[in-house]
Amino acid sequence: MKRQSWSGLSLLRHSLARHRGWREQWRKAAPKDHYDVVIVGGGGHGLGTAYYLAAEHGLTNIAVVEKGWIGGGNTGRNTTIIRSNYLFDESARLYDHAVKLWEDLSQALNYNVMFSPRGVMMLAHTVHDVQVLKRHVHANRCNGVDNEWLTPAEAKAFCPPLNVGADLRYPVLGAALQRRGGTARHDAVAWGYARAADALGVDIIENCEVTGIRRGTHGAVEALETTRGLIQSRRIGVVAAGNSSVVMRMAGVELPLESFPLQALVSEPVKSVFPCVVMSNSIHAYISQSDKGELVIGAGTDAYTSYTQRGALHVNLHTLEAICELFPCFRRLRMLRNWGGIVDVTPDRSPIIGKTRVPGLYVNCGWGTGGFKATPGSAQVFAWTIAHDEPDPINAPFTLERFREGALIDEAAAAAVAH
Amino acid sequence: MLLIDCPYCGKRPELEFAYGGQAHIARPPRPAELSDQQWTDYLYLRTNSRGSHAERWRHVHGCGRFFNSVRDTTTDHFSVTYRIGERP
Repeated sequence: MKRQSWSGLSLLRHSLARHRGWREQWRKAAPKDHYDVVIVGGGGHGLGTAYYLAAEHGLTNIAVVEKGWIGGGNTGRNTTIIRSNYLFDESARLYDHAVKLWEDLSQALNYNVMFSPRGVMMLAHTVHDVQVLKRHVHANRCNGVDNEWLTPAEAKAFCPPLNVGADLRYPVLGAALQRRGGTARHDAVAWGYARAADALGVDIIENCEVTGIRRGTHGAVEALETTRGLIQSRRIGVVAAGNSSVVMRMAGVELPLESFPLQALVSEPVKSVFPCVVMSNSIHAYISQSDKGELVIGAGTDAYTSYTQRGALHVNLHTLEAICELFPCFRRLRMLRNWGGIVDVTPDRSPIIGKTRVPGLYVNCGWGTGGFKATPGSAQVFAWTIAHDEPDPINAPFTLERFREGALIDEAAAAAVAH
Repeated sequence: MLLIDCPYCGKRPELEFAYGGQAHIARPPRPAELSDQQWTDYLYLRTNSRGSHAERWRHVHGCGRFFNSVRDTTTDHFSVTYRIGERP
């Protein structure tokens, strides 16, 4: 099926035909018996992987199997923040690779993902925060990642609703600003990759849950058992986010992951009042405003492991207290809805992207609380890894073996919070 | 918010507790004799169970004591809580 091309001209043409000619954006594919590659998990990372396998590596007999619906997991549940101001060299390369792809992703996919580099500002409230964030600024600039230090007055100028008064319990002592950071429309990312992959022949199979992974006599993967029948494939990429431990255990691979609920919430929509993204690690505030006008607020993880996709209200209350203190003008806003997603967290808070000891089985997991920002970069290097059976230089440090070798990429210690 | 039945104090709201991670992971008595892989497994591998999960809690704003529980991670329902050293 030829892909519908979207442009101002096509909009005009369809409007003259009363918008009756629009087709579905991707086929409802039924599983075939055999594929060259099967991706488990139809979120942004998985769909993107299928897209890059088809677009850049010439593979077309590919399926993405998804137990629910496209973009119904963490891709549709995150707070859409994009940035690359990570401390360590390996992380800076990985996340900045993604930011560079974000910049022209809408053009590459012919799908408006609404990437908006409006700036991500991280606040410092203590002397320790100042030292840590300045260290990040310098480390980032050595790695070619933009990041700059702002005084409280400069932070206020960049984000007028911010309270920089000296009477705050945790006053704003300064901020680190990454101007290339920002937001994108998360649903559009999943839909855009799904549509572009489908146009290249990828089968996107929804409502298809993996129930087993079959391995042959030499241990290599042979097939997936699913709720829609057996699917043979000698290359399987697992991108199952919070359920990565569950899926990988079907192939006998244990992972250093724990799955936690992470919550987010949005306010009632208001006119444009908030020009950027503000994050405060110390007092836990993550806030931006969507183009619809809702304030999009990221709460923290619940304390305990869970697969329920919901959390407790006191976690949301905690972040709202911080936001009311930092932005007093939002105190009378009502919250519209809140939700949870399940995030898979590694001991060093860096992802695992690479091969496993099972031939033909690849894994991309452990993105924890911050996977959305990496979607295009993660997908592109994971596609390379599957196509070449070896990691791209960018994801080579992010192995499963790093925990045995002690070569951790310890962003957990660097930021001292989940991110 | 969870309602957690401390085996010493009774049912209290989750805010009084700190989570202690997966239960029944014993520190190896002679770490120097372990292979790198065994030590890695001890440090980092967790069952991350989808379903019944044995875990530790500490009643930090109550009696201050650690105890164990079994919780279903698909419903967050506790089937039992029990004292350290006991078996469910």
